[in-house]
Amino acid sequence: MAEKKTKKKAAEKTVETSNKQLSPEEVVKYFKDKFDTKIKSAEIKKRVTGSKKKEFVNIWMKIDKSIFKNFIEHLCNLTYPHLAVCCGNDMGKEIELVYNFSIYYGKHLQEISLNVGVEVPKSKPEIETICDWIPGALITEREKQEMLGIKVIGIPDSRRLFLPDDFPENVYPWRKDEQTKKEIEKLYKNLHEGVKKK
Amino acid sequence: MSEITKTTYQLPIGPIHPALKEPVMFKFEIDGEKIVDVDIELGHVHRAIEWTGMHRNPIQIIYLAERICGICSFVHPMAFCRAVENACDIQVPERADYLRVVHGELERIASHLLWAGVAAHEIGFDTVLFLTWEMREKVLDLIEYLTGNRVTKAILTIGGVRRDIKPENIPKIKETLKYFKDNYKKLSHVFLDDKTFKMRCMGCGILTYDDALKLCAVGPLARASGVKKDVRSDQPYAAYGDLDVDYMTPDKLTGEVNGDVYDRIIVRLLEVKQSIELIEKAIDQMPSGDIVSEPKIPKLLNYIKKTAGEGIGRDEAPRGEVIHYVKFDGENENPFTWKVRASTYANVLPWIPMLKGEQIADIPIVAASTDPCMSCTNRVTVIDKNKKYMLDKEQLHKLSVEKTRRLMR
Repeated sequence: MAEKKTKKKAAEKTVETSNKQLSPEEVVKYFKDKFDTKIKSAEIKKRVTGSKKKEFVNIWMKIDKSIFKNFIEHLCNLTYPHLAVCCGNDMGKEIELVYNFSIYYGKHLQEISLNVGVEVPKSKPEIETICDWIPGALITEREKQEMLGIKVIGIPDSRRLFLPDDFPENVYPWRKDEQTKKEIEKLYKNLHEGVKKK
Repeated sequence: MSEITKTTYQLPIGPIHPALKEPVMFKFEIDGEKIVDVDIELGHVHRAIEWTGMHRNPIQIIYLAERICGICSFVHPMAFCRAVENACDIQVPERADYLRVVHGELERIASHLLWAGVAAHEIGFDTVLFLTWEMREKVLDLIEYLTGNRVTKAILTIGGVRRDIKPENIPKIKETLKYFKDNYKKLSHVFLDDKTFKMRCMGCGILTYDDALKLCAVGPLARASGVKKDVRSDQPYAAYGDLDVDYMTPDKLTGEVNGDVYDRIIVRLLEVKQSIELIEKAIDQMPSGDIVSEPKIPKLLNYIKKTAGEGIGRDEAPRGEVIHYVKFDGENENPFTWKVRASTYANVLPWIPMLKGEQIADIPIVAASTDPCMSCTNRVTVIDKNKKYMLDKEQLHKLSVEKTRRLMR
């Protein structure tokens, strides 16, 4: 029993999740009041499920890049969100990042999925890190760096995560332009040639 | 060991290691027996599934998604189907919603029992491994009886499920559920009252409430730290909205939250019980009707092809929330983007605070306590600057077993 250790207390809570709950419409209004036209679009999608036709809500927002960091700050002040993942779409000239948050979890059937889209130009694909507000964003930010070639400014750890060290630099597998396709094909070709030689 | 001059040294574990059923690489900074720092490397089983999926049509992706993980072979296609249903506005028939609950909960029982066996094995309690895996066989038999296969079930399709549960199947389901109810007490007695389990698991691998929230932990790991987060309860999906799912946190049993390995065992055991009840409720309340909204696949694919939109599907896997994102451009059958976020992806960062300050012998049980599943996201070499020596997988497992034996004395 000598090995029993004294450790930090588990149940201490410093992060407060707000008790006040806004409806999906109020959440949209909250951000529109704050950022006005910088919220490019906001859509509330409601769907029902099961026999009792209970409703669940998805909010899809598109915001301007200039207010992104400020938006996250306001969101964290409203209620501490859970960041599920950040997805990326290669739209040609821009890369769209979609941050999937969920808010008001922990309350029975009250959760709202908040999906925030930000477009960054492909010529200068830069976005600020949100790790200072949500440290758990690190994994998904590192993934976006290597897979989509996004430069995350201020990221605490900028190493590669999934791609191996010998993967060529400046090739981003999830981009859809012709150059990336060529590069990926080249990788494939070499792979098959390697197999044939054996 | 006398040549060592550094105060700390590095201990890489993985990518192949018995405590980690799949490849992942840990680099530990060790001071004596104590872990000072941890670094994690991923990507050893990155199979470019998302990239492959963007070159397949949605029906083909269902079967690809099923192969993301060998254990969660229901939840991944489920999350994908829900994402497509949300993006293209496809309504699922009520009966299919209930059937989805039954299959999802059967998978949860199988997964939690598998985990319980592995956890027991990690601390050298192999008789319990055999006990739990014997029970797991029963649920796999039932899954095979209902779907035709033990693991890759191919039960889901966009807009519903592919096989119905007929009235003549009900007695077999009830019989298996009765077996679990009869044996549940034995299982919880072994895990919760055993002195050895308590000694190894209490106060070990603590994750605080704050860390769980900030590092975006999901599933039983987050709930064991007191974070009420369970997609089944947070938002209505499938028939969970009708069935009143409660958050299973350890204080339901013990009255307090410690966030240690023992609490994670409690949460998973409570969830096995909850799953049994949910299956019973779902079968009793199941409405009659269709099991799929559009049985003609070419028609369905044609509809999806013409629809532009994006959607997310979230689903509570045995290990925590799984989320899939799809985007269709309205011209192609194949999704423009498909992103998969498995639960372990979110549970990687919480490993760091959990492992810091623990002993080397605790690595297997702490790592296993999150129920890691690397495909959804051996040997050990101990290296210090002057000298290199190997610690193989058997030895590390032995260290863990020895610690248990030492505590039992």
